[in-house]
Amino acid sequence: SFLQGSKLEIPLWLAKGLHDSKRRIISMELPKIYREAWRTVFSADANVVDLHKMGPYYYSFGSQLLNFENPENPEIAQTILQTFISRFRRIMDSSQNAYNEDTSALVARLDELERALFRAGQKGLNDFQCWEKGQASQITASSLVQNYGKRKFTDMDG
Amino acid sequence: AASCRSRSEAKSGRTDLIFLIRFRHCCLLRNQRCVVAYLYDRLLRIRALRWEYGSVLPSAIHFHMSAEEVEWFNRYKKSLATYMRSVGGEEGLDLTQDIKPPKSLYIEVRCLKDYGEFEIDDGTTVLLKKNSQHFLPRWKCEQLIRQGVLEHVLS
Repeated sequence: SFLQGSKLEIPLWLAKGLHDSKRRIISMELPKIYREAWRTVFSADANVVDLHKMGPYYYSFGSQLLNFENPENPEIAQTILQTFISRFRRIMDSSQNAYNEDTSALVARLDELERALFRAGQKGLNDFQCWEKGQASQITASSLVQNYGKRKFTDMDG
Repeated sequence: AASCRSRSEAKSGRTDLIFLIRFRHCCLLRNQRCVVAYLYDRLLRIRALRWEYGSVLPSAIHFHMSAEEVEWFNRYKKSLATYMRSVGGEEGLDLTQDIKPPKSLYIEVRCLKDYGEFEIDDGTTVLLKKNSQHFLPRWKCEQLIRQGVLEHVLS
């Protein structure tokens, strides 16, 4: 059983489930990256921050944190939004210009949301190049089949 | 004083109970959510198989599907077939064909594995042996290419 006043680390889904503004079962301590000190860093220059190391789910986790009553919520929300705005342009540009090259350096410091956006940009670029080369009409094998071909399965006839 | 103490004890006992019930309920909901997410992801892949691979699933995949998933696939197939018959006039419209815009009626294909005899529309048959190349009607080859038997060769 838990003593009143004990402090522990629990997963977000559990904290959300236990949270109740009327009953006050738990109170939450903000992770340091969303606190004032770090928020100042973000507002100075969001582009230099390694969001993969800090996150890697900086945006979605931060948005979830807003579910808990915290007087700093408006500032947290503002910082998350501004961080995204200032980093987005660079991500979009690099995803549209890196063709057929090693992009690991470009995505190393991105959080997962930004990586998904980067991948979307890359897919658009690759699809366009494919079309330019006249390969858009080429019928390809189902990717699901290609994966199964590589792995061994016990054969089951009939 | 005695009654006060027992009342606050009862109250704190109730709070403990609320906490435990809530905790357990959270965990149950979490487990349920994880399971449902997993099953849903599988369903999306199974659905994609109908479009990418065809209406008959490879035995290796079929082996790993639950009875409910097989049933779902069959019902989805039927639903899709009914819909395709209802559009495009008399013969219906096979929406699973020509997913990439076709450029010509005939295409060059290379055989990736031994398949055997393959009959084309005018009655003639072709022997699909590994590494052999053929010039065949696009609509006949499409499914075999998607299944990994043939490879579409661009000139």
